[in-house]
Amino acid sequence: MSKRAHHLAIGTVAVLALVVLNLPPATAGRVKLAFAGLFLPLFGIAGSGQSFVDRASYALLTRSTLISEVERLRKENADLRLAALQAQGAMAENARLRASLGWTPKAPWKRRAARVVGREPTTFWRNITIDVGARDGILVNQAVLTGDGLVGRIREVGPTQSQVALIGDPDCGVSVIIAETRDNAVIQEARSAAIGDGYVTLRTLQNSPEILAGHLVLTSGLGGVFPRDIPVGRIVDTRSVDRGLCTEARVKLAANLNRLEEVWVLTP
Amino acid sequence: MNWLPNTLLFFAAWLAVFAQTQFAPVAGLLGAPLCIVPALVVYAALTSNIAVMTGLVLFAGMAIDSLSANRLGVSLPPLFVVGFLVHARQHLILRDQVYAQVWLGIGAGWAVPLGTQTLLSMVRPEPISGWPTLWHLVFGAALNGAMCPLCFVLFGRLRDAFDYRPVVESSFRPDRQIKRGRS
Repeated sequence: MSKRAHHLAIGTVAVLALVVLNLPPATAGRVKLAFAGLFLPLFGIAGSGQSFVDRASYALLTRSTLISEVERLRKENADLRLAALQAQGAMAENARLRASLGWTPKAPWKRRAARVVGREPTTFWRNITIDVGARDGILVNQAVLTGDGLVGRIREVGPTQSQVALIGDPDCGVSVIIAETRDNAVIQEARSAAIGDGYVTLRTLQNSPEILAGHLVLTSGLGGVFPRDIPVGRIVDTRSVDRGLCTEARVKLAANLNRLEEVWVLTP
Repeated sequence: MNWLPNTLLFFAAWLAVFAQTQFAPVAGLLGAPLCIVPALVVYAALTSNIAVMTGLVLFAGMAIDSLSANRLGVSLPPLFVVGFLVHARQHLILRDQVYAQVWLGIGAGWAVPLGTQTLLSMVRPEPISGWPTLWHLVFGAALNGAMCPLCFVLFGRLRDAFDYRPVVESSFRPDRQIKRGRS
């Protein structure tokens, strides 16, 4: 009886694992979503708990702290208004020049706010879960960013939640350009799934000794996944690789991937 | 109430998998997620029948893969192999001894992520791996080594509280009682 039970258990797990591992990606995605649905009550409780803690912490703030915060935000608001005015002027000029050259006008970004509700439970990927999905118009491959810079791209979409592949994940290649030298490069996968360090490595297509620490790294728009000119980070250091054929550089990411709470999804 | 301890085991696995996706600052500080599912599988393998252990492996493995970017089903074989090996040798294991529980937890916490990574490395895209992976393995082993005896203590108390108690038979028989007096 015991041996029969053992054989039955081995057979069940072997058959199930083989079937599930060989499911077509679309079907596997649907099964994943069905299983992830089991955790929706816990995600809801965690979200409510977080907002309760936030509200409780606001209640504990002193009046002087709040006043100084309001002052800081007023100053920041004034600075941003000025920057927005300058940007509007530059955009209008850009639109006029594009029209005179017969280029298609640049469409403004539409964005959808999302809250980060979960992190990757293993150490094999850089991944987060956000609380928007197909019902909110989210599609696979849409860019995800914060006010600081690029975060990643949508990997899988469920009805109410989506998974985001973060920069440095093997499934999230980013084509970038160095703002100062206009060198094209590709962000490589991270060597560690730990995202606390906030660094990734980029590799240029040819040796570029002009790339220096502090240079700005932007998305190049090549590949069609990420729009152009989203800040990715800044160069920290560089080195020649492949007998001087290419340059490799460490990039300090603009967005802090370890402290993501709210993100924007760029929608068409 | 025989079913209650097993139900609580599945409930604990549900919470443990969810907890792996939370506490980002702690996981970031430690450099590894807080995964205690291998310790739960070891506990189930030593105290439950094979059907419960297999059910737990299927539930926890599919749950981890569904919340992760893992290929669906890739966590099942390593979890089942660990659980099956422990279950098949349970009569040889001193399961009441804390040091045995610690070493089994360490072994499971080390073998499960290693097995999963090996399986993931066989398909594209390959998972992230490097020197920090070694730290993940060491941390996972230590965490599960610490959690395994804790599982035995917590679930042991639950079993004591909810399991059927053995009937204590007394040699006393009322019909054989010698009654003194006049009647």
